[in-house]
Amino acid sequence: MSAEELLEDFEFLDSWEDRFRLIVELGRELEPMDLADKNDETRMYGCQSQVWIKSELIPGDPPRLHFVGDSDAQIVKGLIFIVLDIYNDKTPQEILDFDIRGFFEQLELAKHLTPSRANGLNNMVETIRRTAEKYLEIED
Amino acid sequence: MERVEAIRRDFPTLARKIGDNDLVYLDSGATSQKPAVVIETMDDYYRRYNANVHRGAHTLSEEATNAYENARLRIARFINAPSDKQIIFTRGTTESVNLVANAWGRANLGPGDEVLITEMEHHSNIVPWQMLRDELGFILRYVPITDQGRLDLEHLPDLLTARTKLFAFVHVSNVLGTINPARELIEAAHAVGAKVLIDGAQSVPHMPVDVQALDVDFLAFSSHKMCGPTGVGILYGKREILESMPPFLGGGDMIRDVSMERSTWNTLPYKFEAGTPPIAEAIGLGAAVDYLNEVGMKWVHAHERELVAYAFEQLSQVEGLRILGPGPDERGGLVAFVMEGVHHHDLAAIVDQDGIAVRAGHHCAQPLHEHYGISGSARASLYLYNTRQEIDKLRASLEKAQRILAF
Repeated sequence: MSAEELLEDFEFLDSWEDRFRLIVELGRELEPMDLADKNDETRMYGCQSQVWIKSELIPGDPPRLHFVGDSDAQIVKGLIFIVLDIYNDKTPQEILDFDIRGFFEQLELAKHLTPSRANGLNNMVETIRRTAEKYLEIED
Repeated sequence: MERVEAIRRDFPTLARKIGDNDLVYLDSGATSQKPAVVIETMDDYYRRYNANVHRGAHTLSEEATNAYENARLRIARFINAPSDKQIIFTRGTTESVNLVANAWGRANLGPGDEVLITEMEHHSNIVPWQMLRDELGFILRYVPITDQGRLDLEHLPDLLTARTKLFAFVHVSNVLGTINPARELIEAAHAVGAKVLIDGAQSVPHMPVDVQALDVDFLAFSSHKMCGPTGVGILYGKREILESMPPFLGGGDMIRDVSMERSTWNTLPYKFEAGTPPIAEAIGLGAAVDYLNEVGMKWVHAHERELVAYAFEQLSQVEGLRILGPGPDERGGLVAFVMEGVHHHDLAAIVDQDGIAVRAGHHCAQPLHEHYGISGSARASLYLYNTRQEIDKLRASLEKAQRILAF
Protein backbone atom coordinates (compact mmCIF):
# COMPACT_ATOMS: atom_id res chain seq x y z
CA MET A 1 0.00 0.00 0.00
CA SER A 2 1.37 3.41 -0.94
CA ALA A 3 0.99 6.62 1.02
CA GLU A 4 -1.60 7.82 -1.51
CA GLU A 5 -3.65 4.66 -1.19
CA LEU A 6 -3.56 4.98 2.56
CA LEU A 7 -4.79 8.54 2.36
CA GLU A 8 -7.61 7.50 0.06
CA ASP A 9 -8.64 4.74 2.43
CA PHE A 10 -8.69 7.13 5.34
CA GLU A 11 -10.62 9.80 3.48
CA PHE A 12 -13.24 7.23 2.62
CA LEU A 13 -13.91 6.51 6.29
CA ASP A 14 -15.78 9.13 8.19
CA SER A 15 -16.13 7.63 11.66
CA TRP A 16 -13.21 7.40 14.04
CA GLU A 17 -14.31 3.88 14.87
CA ASP A 18 -13.70 2.78 11.28
CA ARG A 19 -10.38 4.60 11.18
CA PHE A 20 -9.22 2.84 14.31
CA ARG A 21 -10.39 -0.44 12.86
CA LEU A 22 -8.34 0.21 9.73
CA ILE A 23 -5.28 1.09 11.81
CA VAL A 24 -5.68 -2.15 13.77
CA GLU A 25 -6.07 -4.11 10.53
CA LEU A 26 -2.94 -2.51 9.10
CA GLY A 27 -1.08 -3.51 12.24
CA ARG A 28 -1.88 -7.13 11.54
CA GLU A 29 -0.15 -6.86 8.17
CA LEU A 30 3.08 -5.72 9.78
CA GLU A 31 6.15 -7.69 8.68
CA PRO A 32 6.92 -10.06 11.57
CA MET A 33 9.85 -9.12 13.75
CA ASP A 34 12.21 -11.78 15.10
CA LEU A 35 12.03 -12.15 18.86
CA ALA A 36 15.82 -11.83 19.01
CA ASP A 37 15.56 -8.41 17.38
CA LYS A 38 13.38 -7.13 20.19
CA ASN A 39 16.20 -6.09 22.47
CA ASP A 40 17.49 -3.07 24.36
CA GLU A 41 19.13 -1.72 21.21
CA THR A 42 15.92 -1.67 19.19
CA ARG A 43 13.63 -0.73 22.07
CA MET A 44 12.24 2.78 21.97
CA TYR A 45 11.81 4.45 25.31
CA GLY A 46 9.35 7.16 26.16
CA CYS A 47 6.43 5.09 24.89
CA GLN A 48 3.65 3.90 27.18
CA SER A 49 3.55 0.59 25.34
CA GLN A 50 6.58 -1.36 24.20
CA VAL A 51 7.94 -0.41 20.78
CA TRP A 52 10.90 -1.81 18.85
CA ILE A 53 12.33 -0.49 15.57
CA LYS A 54 15.24 -2.15 13.78
CA SER A 55 16.99 -0.71 10.74
CA GLU A 56 19.03 -2.39 8.06
CA LEU A 57 20.93 -0.93 5.08
CA ILE A 58 20.27 -2.74 1.84
CA PRO A 59 23.35 -2.38 -0.31
CA GLY A 60 22.88 -1.28 -3.92
CA ASP A 61 22.98 1.82 -6.01
CA PRO A 62 21.70 3.76 -4.28
CA PRO A 63 21.62 1.95 -0.91
CA ARG A 64 18.21 1.87 0.74
CA LEU A 65 16.99 1.52 4.30
CA HIS A 66 14.70 -1.22 5.50
CA PHE A 67 12.94 -1.12 8.85
CA VAL A 68 11.17 -3.77 10.89
CA GLY A 69 9.13 -2.82 13.93
CA ASP A 70 6.67 -4.16 16.46
CA SER A 71 4.68 -3.24 19.55
CA ASP A 72 2.59 -5.07 22.12
CA ALA A 73 -0.31 -2.64 21.52
CA GLN A 74 -2.44 -3.02 18.42
CA ILE A 75 -3.07 0.64 17.61
CA VAL A 76 0.64 1.34 17.96
CA LYS A 77 1.34 -1.60 15.64
CA GLY A 78 -0.92 0.00 13.06
CA LEU A 79 0.91 3.30 13.46
CA ILE A 80 4.22 1.49 12.97
CA PHE A 81 2.80 -0.06 9.80
CA ILE A 82 1.87 3.38 8.45
CA VAL A 83 5.25 4.90 9.31
CA LEU A 84 7.25 1.97 7.92
CA ASP A 85 5.07 1.84 4.84
CA ILE A 86 6.11 5.40 4.08
CA TYR A 87 9.79 5.00 4.82
CA ASN A 88 10.66 1.44 3.92
CA ASP A 89 13.12 0.75 1.11
CA LYS A 90 13.71 4.44 0.49
CA THR A 91 17.15 6.04 0.29
CA PRO A 92 18.26 8.02 3.33
CA GLN A 93 17.82 11.24 1.34
CA GLU A 94 14.28 10.32 0.32
CA ILE A 95 13.47 9.62 3.96
CA LEU A 96 14.72 13.02 5.03
CA ASP A 97 12.89 14.77 2.19
CA PHE A 98 9.45 13.29 2.93
CA ASP A 99 7.00 15.75 4.51
CA ILE A 100 5.71 13.46 7.24
CA ARG A 101 3.93 16.22 9.17
CA GLY A 102 1.95 17.25 6.15
CA PHE A 103 1.07 13.61 5.57
CA PHE A 104 -0.11 13.06 9.15
CA GLU A 105 -2.17 16.24 8.95
CA GLN A 106 -3.93 14.92 5.87
CA LEU A 107 -4.60 11.64 7.66
CA GLU A 108 -6.02 13.65 10.58
CA LEU A 109 -4.38 11.11 12.84
CA ALA A 110 -3.36 13.52 15.54
CA LYS A 111 -6.99 14.36 16.22
CA HIS A 112 -7.55 10.84 17.49
CA LEU A 113 -4.33 10.30 19.35
CA THR A 114 -3.70 11.22 22.95
CA PRO A 115 -0.69 13.53 23.35
CA SER A 116 1.48 10.70 24.67
CA ARG A 117 0.59 8.48 21.74
CA ALA A 118 1.20 11.32 19.27
CA ASN A 119 4.52 11.77 21.05
CA GLY A 120 5.35 8.11 20.53
CA LEU A 121 4.57 8.53 16.84
CA ASN A 122 6.93 11.51 16.67
CA ASN A 123 9.61 9.51 18.51
CA MET A 124 9.28 6.78 15.93
CA VAL A 125 9.65 9.23 13.04
CA GLU A 126 12.60 10.90 14.75
CA THR A 127 14.35 7.55 15.25
CA ILE A 128 13.96 6.74 11.57
CA ARG A 129 15.11 10.19 10.43
CA ARG A 130 18.15 10.02 12.73
CA THR A 131 19.03 6.62 11.26
CA ALA A 132 18.79 8.10 7.76
CA GLU A 133 21.01 11.03 8.78
CA LYS A 134 23.58 8.65 10.23
CA TYR A 135 23.79 6.67 6.98
CA LEU A 136 24.03 9.86 4.91
CA GLU A 137 27.04 10.92 6.98
CA ILE A 138 28.70 7.52 6.45
CA GLU A 139 28.13 7.78 2.70
CA ASP A 140 29.72 11.23 2.61
CA MET B 1 -29.72 10.65 42.06
CA GLU B 2 -30.59 14.30 42.57
CA ARG B 3 -27.88 14.38 45.18
CA VAL B 4 -25.26 13.33 42.66
CA GLU B 5 -26.52 15.85 40.13
CA ALA B 6 -26.15 18.61 42.74
CA ILE B 7 -22.66 17.37 43.61
CA ARG B 8 -21.66 17.29 39.94
CA ARG B 9 -22.52 20.97 39.62
CA ASP B 10 -19.89 21.74 42.26
CA PHE B 11 -17.11 20.44 40.00
CA PRO B 12 -16.32 22.76 37.05
CA THR B 13 -14.31 20.16 35.07
CA LEU B 14 -17.24 17.75 34.96
CA ALA B 15 -19.07 20.13 32.61
CA ARG B 16 -16.36 19.66 29.99
CA LYS B 17 -16.80 18.11 26.58
CA ILE B 18 -14.21 15.81 25.03
CA GLY B 19 -14.83 16.27 21.33
CA ASP B 20 -18.62 15.97 21.06
CA ASN B 21 -18.99 13.85 24.18
CA ASP B 22 -19.58 14.76 27.79
CA LEU B 23 -16.51 13.99 29.86
CA VAL B 24 -16.87 10.73 31.80
CA TYR B 25 -14.18 10.97 34.44
CA LEU B 26 -13.31 7.53 35.80
CA ASP B 27 -9.76 8.24 36.92
CA SER B 28 -10.26 9.65 40.41
CA GLY B 29 -7.95 6.96 41.78
CA ALA B 30 -5.14 8.82 40.01
CA THR B 31 -6.42 12.25 41.00
CA SER B 32 -9.88 13.52 41.83
CA GLN B 33 -11.55 16.55 40.30
CA LYS B 34 -11.82 19.66 42.49
CA PRO B 35 -14.98 21.40 43.66
CA ALA B 36 -15.21 25.13 42.95
CA VAL B 37 -15.00 25.90 46.67
CA VAL B 38 -11.45 24.48 46.85
CA ILE B 39 -10.32 26.45 43.81
CA GLU B 40 -11.93 29.62 45.20
CA THR B 41 -10.40 29.14 48.65
CA MET B 42 -6.89 28.97 47.17
CA ASP B 43 -7.62 31.88 44.88
CA ASP B 44 -8.80 33.90 47.86
CA TYR B 45 -5.55 33.20 49.74
CA TYR B 46 -3.44 34.43 46.83
CA ARG B 47 -5.63 37.46 46.18
CA ARG B 48 -6.32 38.61 49.71
CA TYR B 49 -3.83 37.39 52.32
CA ASN B 50 -0.83 35.76 50.64
CA ALA B 51 2.06 35.73 53.15
CA ASN B 52 4.48 33.28 54.69
CA VAL B 53 3.35 31.45 57.81
CA HIS B 54 4.78 31.35 61.36
CA ARG B 55 7.04 34.32 60.69
CA GLY B 56 5.80 37.82 60.22
CA ALA B 57 4.37 40.00 62.92
CA HIS B 58 2.13 41.54 60.32
CA THR B 59 -1.56 41.13 59.59
CA LEU B 60 -1.28 39.10 56.39
CA SER B 61 1.15 36.62 57.91
CA GLU B 62 -1.11 36.19 60.89
CA GLU B 63 -4.12 35.56 58.66
CA ALA B 64 -2.18 33.07 56.54
CA THR B 65 -0.90 31.29 59.65
CA ASN B 66 -4.40 31.08 61.09
CA ALA B 67 -5.82 29.66 57.87
CA TYR B 68 -2.96 27.16 57.54
CA GLU B 69 -3.22 25.96 61.15
CA ASN B 70 -6.99 25.88 60.94
CA ALA B 71 -6.73 23.54 57.97
CA ARG B 72 -4.50 21.27 60.07
CA LEU B 73 -7.10 21.22 62.83
CA ARG B 74 -9.91 20.25 60.43
CA ILE B 75 -7.79 17.49 58.90
CA ALA B 76 -7.04 16.17 62.40
CA ARG B 77 -10.79 16.00 63.10
CA PHE B 78 -11.43 14.40 59.72
CA ILE B 79 -9.41 11.30 60.70
CA ASN B 80 -10.18 11.67 64.43
CA ALA B 81 -6.57 12.36 65.42
CA PRO B 82 -6.20 13.13 69.15
CA SER B 83 -4.36 16.37 68.36
CA ASP B 84 -3.54 18.59 65.39
CA LYS B 85 0.12 18.37 66.48
CA GLN B 86 0.08 14.88 65.01
CA ILE B 87 -0.83 16.11 61.53
CA ILE B 88 2.26 16.78 59.42
CA PHE B 89 1.95 18.46 56.06
CA THR B 90 4.04 16.70 53.43
CA ARG B 91 3.98 16.77 49.63
CA GLY B 92 1.81 13.66 49.48
CA THR B 93 1.56 9.99 50.38
CA THR B 94 4.93 9.25 48.79
CA GLU B 95 6.75 11.84 50.87
CA SER B 96 4.89 10.72 53.99
CA VAL B 97 6.15 7.15 53.52
CA ASN B 98 9.65 8.43 52.80
CA LEU B 99 9.48 10.52 55.97
CA VAL B 100 8.68 7.46 58.08
CA ALA B 101 11.38 5.44 56.29
CA ASN B 102 14.07 8.05 56.72
CA ALA B 103 13.25 9.48 60.14
CA TRP B 104 11.75 6.52 61.99
CA GLY B 105 13.42 3.81 59.90
CA ARG B 106 16.97 5.09 60.26
CA ALA B 107 16.59 5.35 64.02
CA ASN B 108 14.94 1.97 64.49
CA LEU B 109 16.06 -0.49 61.80
CA GLY B 110 19.22 -2.49 61.33
CA PRO B 111 20.59 -5.95 60.48
CA GLY B 112 18.39 -8.73 61.85
CA ASP B 113 15.27 -6.56 61.78
CA GLU B 114 12.43 -7.09 59.36
CA VAL B 115 9.99 -4.80 57.60
CA LEU B 116 6.84 -6.43 56.30
CA ILE B 117 4.94 -5.06 53.32
CA THR B 118 2.56 -6.78 50.88
CA GLU B 119 2.50 -7.88 47.26
CA MET B 120 -0.28 -5.41 46.53
CA GLU B 121 1.64 -2.25 47.48
CA HIS B 122 1.95 0.83 45.33
CA HIS B 123 5.59 1.51 44.39
CA SER B 124 5.64 4.35 46.91
CA ASN B 125 5.35 1.80 49.71
CA ILE B 126 7.94 -0.56 48.20
CA VAL B 127 10.80 1.53 46.82
CA PRO B 128 11.55 3.61 49.97
CA TRP B 129 11.90 0.37 51.95
CA GLN B 130 14.11 -1.27 49.31
CA MET B 131 16.37 1.79 49.25
CA LEU B 132 16.63 1.83 53.03
CA ARG B 133 17.14 -1.94 53.23
CA ASP B 134 20.11 -1.70 50.84
CA GLU B 135 21.62 0.87 53.16
CA LEU B 136 20.77 -0.52 56.60
CA GLY B 137 20.73 -4.26 55.91
CA PHE B 138 17.35 -5.23 57.36
CA ILE B 139 15.14 -7.82 55.65
CA LEU B 140 12.13 -6.82 53.57
CA ARG B 141 9.31 -9.36 53.44
CA TYR B 142 6.07 -9.46 51.48
CA VAL B 143 2.67 -10.84 52.44
CA PRO B 144 1.56 -12.77 49.33
CA ILE B 145 -1.86 -12.40 47.76
CA THR B 146 -4.41 -15.04 46.87
CA ASP B 147 -5.74 -15.46 43.35
CA GLN B 148 -8.90 -13.65 44.46
CA GLY B 149 -6.74 -10.63 45.20
CA ARG B 150 -6.87 -10.74 48.98
CA LEU B 151 -3.93 -10.81 51.36
CA ASP B 152 -3.00 -14.41 52.06
CA LEU B 153 -3.37 -14.22 55.83
CA GLU B 154 -2.61 -17.90 56.37
CA HIS B 155 1.04 -16.99 55.95
CA LEU B 156 0.86 -14.02 58.26
CA PRO B 157 2.03 -15.82 61.44
CA ASP B 158 5.22 -16.91 59.62
CA LEU B 159 5.88 -13.42 58.33
CA LEU B 160 4.84 -11.25 61.24
CA THR B 161 7.20 -12.21 64.06
CA ALA B 162 9.18 -10.70 66.91
CA ARG B 163 11.77 -9.68 64.29
CA THR B 164 9.20 -7.50 62.49
CA LYS B 165 9.74 -3.88 63.44
CA LEU B 166 7.25 -2.40 61.00
CA PHE B 167 4.24 -3.66 59.04
CA ALA B 168 3.43 -1.22 56.24
CA PHE B 169 0.39 -2.01 54.12
CA VAL B 170 -2.08 -0.44 51.76
CA HIS B 171 -5.57 0.12 53.21
CA VAL B 172 -7.35 -0.11 49.83
CA SER B 173 -5.43 -1.50 46.86
CA ASN B 174 -5.21 0.95 43.95
CA VAL B 175 -5.48 -1.92 41.45
CA LEU B 176 -7.50 -4.69 43.07
CA GLY B 177 -9.76 -2.43 45.06
CA THR B 178 -9.37 -4.84 47.96
CA ILE B 179 -10.20 -3.30 51.33
CA ASN B 180 -7.70 -4.86 53.69
CA PRO B 181 -8.81 -5.76 57.24
CA ALA B 182 -6.78 -2.96 58.79
CA ARG B 183 -7.97 -3.34 62.39
CA GLU B 184 -7.17 -7.05 62.42
CA LEU B 185 -3.74 -6.56 60.81
CA ILE B 186 -2.85 -3.78 63.24
CA GLU B 187 -3.78 -5.93 66.22
CA ALA B 188 -1.65 -8.78 64.90
CA ALA B 189 1.29 -6.42 64.36
CA HIS B 190 1.01 -4.85 67.79
CA ALA B 191 0.87 -8.30 69.36
CA VAL B 192 4.44 -8.93 68.17
CA GLY B 193 5.58 -5.41 69.00
CA ALA B 194 5.68 -4.09 65.43
CA LYS B 195 4.64 -0.58 64.46
CA VAL B 196 2.13 -0.11 61.63
CA LEU B 197 2.11 2.31 58.71
CA ILE B 198 -1.02 2.45 56.58
CA ASP B 199 -1.00 3.78 53.03
CA GLY B 200 -4.38 5.49 53.06
CA ALA B 201 -4.13 7.10 49.61
CA GLN B 202 -7.15 5.13 48.35
CA SER B 203 -9.06 4.85 51.63
CA VAL B 204 -9.10 8.25 53.36
CA PRO B 205 -10.75 9.97 50.33
CA HIS B 206 -13.46 7.32 50.08
CA MET B 207 -14.54 6.12 53.52
CA PRO B 208 -14.53 7.23 57.14
CA VAL B 209 -11.09 6.47 58.60
CA ASP B 210 -10.60 6.83 62.34
CA VAL B 211 -6.96 6.61 63.45
CA GLN B 212 -7.87 6.09 67.10
CA ALA B 213 -10.35 3.31 66.42
CA LEU B 214 -7.74 1.66 64.19
CA ASP B 215 -4.96 2.31 66.72
CA VAL B 216 -2.63 2.82 63.75
CA ASP B 217 0.87 4.22 64.36
CA PHE B 218 1.27 6.07 61.03
CA LEU B 219 -1.23 6.98 58.33
CA ALA B 220 -0.18 8.51 55.00
CA PHE B 221 -2.53 10.08 52.45
CA SER B 222 -2.69 12.66 49.66
CA SER B 223 -4.82 15.76 49.20
CA HIS B 224 -5.24 15.55 45.44
CA LYS B 225 -7.15 12.27 45.57
CA MET B 226 -9.72 13.76 47.99
CA CYS B 227 -10.94 16.89 46.17
CA GLY B 228 -7.94 18.92 47.32
CA PRO B 229 -5.04 20.40 45.37
CA THR B 230 -1.86 18.58 44.31
CA GLY B 231 1.42 19.14 46.13
CA VAL B 232 0.24 18.47 49.67
CA GLY B 233 -0.40 15.38 51.73
CA ILE B 234 -0.50 14.22 55.30
CA LEU B 235 1.44 12.04 57.65
CA TYR B 236 -0.42 11.24 60.85
CA GLY B 237 1.63 9.64 63.62
CA LYS B 238 1.16 8.67 67.24
CA ARG B 239 2.47 11.45 69.39
CA GLU B 240 5.11 9.55 71.38
CA ILE B 241 6.52 8.00 68.21
CA LEU B 242 6.70 11.32 66.38
CA GLU B 243 8.31 12.91 69.48
CA SER B 244 10.99 10.23 69.57
CA MET B 245 11.85 10.51 65.88
CA PRO B 246 14.69 12.65 64.53
CA PRO B 247 13.74 15.15 61.81
CA PHE B 248 13.66 14.16 58.14
CA LEU B 249 14.61 17.35 56.28
CA GLY B 250 16.68 20.14 57.81
CA GLY B 251 16.07 23.82 57.21
CA GLY B 252 13.98 26.76 58.31
CA ASP B 253 10.91 26.46 60.52
CA MET B 254 11.90 23.02 61.87
CA ILE B 255 14.46 24.32 64.37
CA ARG B 256 14.31 25.92 67.78
CA ASP B 257 17.87 27.27 67.86
CA VAL B 258 20.73 27.12 65.42
CA SER B 259 24.33 27.88 66.33
CA MET B 260 27.46 27.29 64.27
CA GLU B 261 27.98 23.97 66.05
CA ARG B 262 24.53 22.50 66.44
CA SER B 263 20.80 22.95 66.22
CA THR B 264 17.88 21.97 68.38
CA TRP B 265 14.56 20.93 66.95
CA ASN B 266 11.23 22.64 67.02
CA THR B 267 8.20 20.96 68.60
CA LEU B 268 5.61 18.87 66.75
CA PRO B 269 4.50 19.15 64.03
CA TYR B 270 7.01 21.79 62.90
CA LYS B 271 9.99 19.51 63.49
CA PHE B 272 8.94 17.72 60.31
CA GLU B 273 7.99 20.76 58.24
CA ALA B 274 11.27 22.24 57.04
CA GLY B 275 11.11 25.27 54.79
CA THR B 276 8.08 27.17 53.57
CA PRO B 277 5.21 24.69 53.41
CA PRO B 278 2.62 24.44 50.63
CA ILE B 279 0.43 27.10 52.25
CA ALA B 280 -2.26 27.63 49.60
CA GLU B 281 -2.46 23.88 49.08
CA ALA B 282 -2.86 23.12 52.79
CA ILE B 283 -5.62 25.72 53.04
CA GLY B 284 -7.19 24.21 49.90
CA LEU B 285 -7.10 20.76 51.49
CA GLY B 286 -8.86 22.23 54.52
CA ALA B 287 -11.64 23.41 52.18
CA ALA B 288 -11.77 19.95 50.55
CA VAL B 289 -12.20 18.34 53.96
CA ASP B 290 -15.03 20.75 54.78
CA TYR B 291 -16.64 19.88 51.46
CA LEU B 292 -16.39 16.13 52.06
CA ASN B 293 -17.73 16.54 55.60
CA GLU B 294 -20.69 18.43 54.25
CA VAL B 295 -21.48 15.64 51.80
CA GLY B 296 -20.69 13.10 54.52
CA MET B 297 -18.05 10.38 54.25
CA LYS B 298 -20.62 7.69 55.06
CA TRP B 299 -22.66 8.83 52.08
CA VAL B 300 -19.54 8.91 49.85
CA HIS B 301 -18.67 5.36 50.85
CA ALA B 302 -22.21 4.06 50.40
CA HIS B 303 -22.55 5.77 47.02
CA GLU B 304 -19.30 4.24 45.80
CA ARG B 305 -20.19 0.77 47.07
CA GLU B 306 -23.47 0.90 45.24
CA LEU B 307 -21.77 2.16 42.10
CA VAL B 308 -18.90 -0.32 42.17
CA ALA B 309 -21.35 -3.21 42.56
CA TYR B 310 -23.17 -1.92 39.50
CA ALA B 311 -19.89 -1.50 37.58
CA PHE B 312 -18.90 -5.02 38.56
CA GLU B 313 -22.18 -6.42 37.29
CA GLN B 314 -22.08 -4.43 34.03
CA LEU B 315 -18.43 -4.97 33.14
CA SER B 316 -18.64 -8.69 33.94
CA GLN B 317 -21.00 -8.95 30.99
CA VAL B 318 -18.48 -7.59 28.49
CA GLU B 319 -17.13 -10.49 26.46
CA GLY B 320 -13.52 -11.41 27.20
CA LEU B 321 -13.24 -8.95 30.07
CA ARG B 322 -11.72 -10.10 33.34
CA ILE B 323 -11.92 -8.01 36.50
CA LEU B 324 -8.92 -8.18 38.83
CA GLY B 325 -9.46 -8.58 42.55
CA PRO B 326 -12.26 -9.66 44.86
CA GLY B 327 -16.02 -9.46 44.40
CA PRO B 328 -17.99 -6.23 44.77
CA ASP B 329 -18.76 -6.72 48.46
CA GLU B 330 -15.16 -6.43 49.52
CA ARG B 331 -13.84 -3.66 47.35
CA GLY B 332 -13.42 0.08 47.26
CA GLY B 333 -14.74 2.17 44.38
CA LEU B 334 -12.48 1.00 41.60
CA VAL B 335 -12.39 -1.76 39.02
CA ALA B 336 -9.24 -2.80 37.16
CA PHE B 337 -9.61 -5.19 34.27
CA VAL B 338 -7.98 -6.85 31.30
CA MET B 339 -9.61 -7.76 28.01
CA GLU B 340 -8.51 -10.94 26.33
CA GLY B 341 -6.23 -10.29 23.36
CA VAL B 342 -6.37 -6.53 23.87
CA HIS B 343 -3.64 -4.22 25.14
CA HIS B 344 -4.77 -1.94 27.97
CA HIS B 345 -3.43 1.15 26.17
CA ASP B 346 -5.48 0.35 23.09
CA LEU B 347 -8.51 0.01 25.33
CA ALA B 348 -7.88 3.39 26.97
CA ALA B 349 -7.33 5.01 23.57
CA ILE B 350 -10.66 3.74 22.24
CA VAL B 351 -12.75 4.71 25.27
CA ASP B 352 -11.05 8.13 25.26
CA GLN B 353 -12.68 8.71 21.86
CA ASP B 354 -16.00 8.49 23.69
CA GLY B 355 -14.85 11.05 26.24
CA ILE B 356 -14.17 8.44 28.92
CA ALA B 357 -11.07 8.83 31.08
CA VAL B 358 -9.70 5.57 32.47
CA ARG B 359 -6.15 4.75 33.43
CA ALA B 360 -4.05 2.17 31.64
CA GLY B 361 -0.71 0.76 32.71
CA HIS B 362 0.77 -0.91 35.74
CA HIS B 363 -0.64 1.77 38.07
CA CYS B 364 2.68 1.90 39.94
CA ALA B 365 2.12 -1.67 41.11
CA GLN B 366 4.42 -3.77 38.95
CA PRO B 367 4.94 -6.63 41.45
CA LEU B 368 1.16 -7.04 41.65
CA HIS B 369 0.77 -7.27 37.87
CA GLU B 370 3.68 -9.69 37.82
CA HIS B 371 1.73 -11.89 40.21
CA TYR B 372 -1.09 -12.08 37.67
CA GLY B 373 1.33 -12.56 34.78
CA ILE B 374 0.15 -9.42 32.97
CA SER B 375 2.04 -6.29 31.95
CA GLY B 376 -0.75 -3.93 32.93
CA SER B 377 -4.47 -3.34 33.16
CA ALA B 378 -7.10 -0.69 32.56
CA ARG B 379 -8.77 0.86 35.58
CA ALA B 380 -11.99 2.72 36.13
CA SER B 381 -11.99 4.46 39.51
CA LEU B 382 -15.08 6.09 40.96
CA TYR B 383 -15.86 8.96 43.28
CA LEU B 384 -18.77 10.82 44.78
CA TYR B 385 -19.65 12.52 41.47
CA ASN B 386 -19.93 9.42 39.27
CA THR B 387 -23.24 7.98 38.10
CA ARG B 388 -24.74 4.74 36.80
CA GLN B 389 -25.17 6.35 33.38
CA GLU B 390 -21.42 6.82 33.24
CA ILE B 391 -20.90 3.12 33.94
CA ASP B 392 -23.36 2.36 31.13
CA LYS B 393 -21.32 4.56 28.79
CA LEU B 394 -18.15 2.76 29.84
CA ARG B 395 -19.70 -0.62 29.17
CA ALA B 396 -20.92 0.45 25.72
CA SER B 397 -17.52 1.92 24.89
CA LEU B 398 -15.70 -1.22 26.04
CA GLU B 399 -17.96 -3.31 23.85
CA LYS B 400 -17.07 -1.03 20.96
CA ALA B 401 -13.37 -1.46 21.78
CA GLN B 402 -13.93 -5.20 21.80
CA ARG B 403 -15.43 -5.01 18.30
CA ILE B 404 -12.55 -2.91 17.01
CA LEU B 405 -9.67 -4.67 18.69
CA ALA B 406 -10.52 -8.28 19.44
CA PHE B 407 -11.86 -9.69 16.23
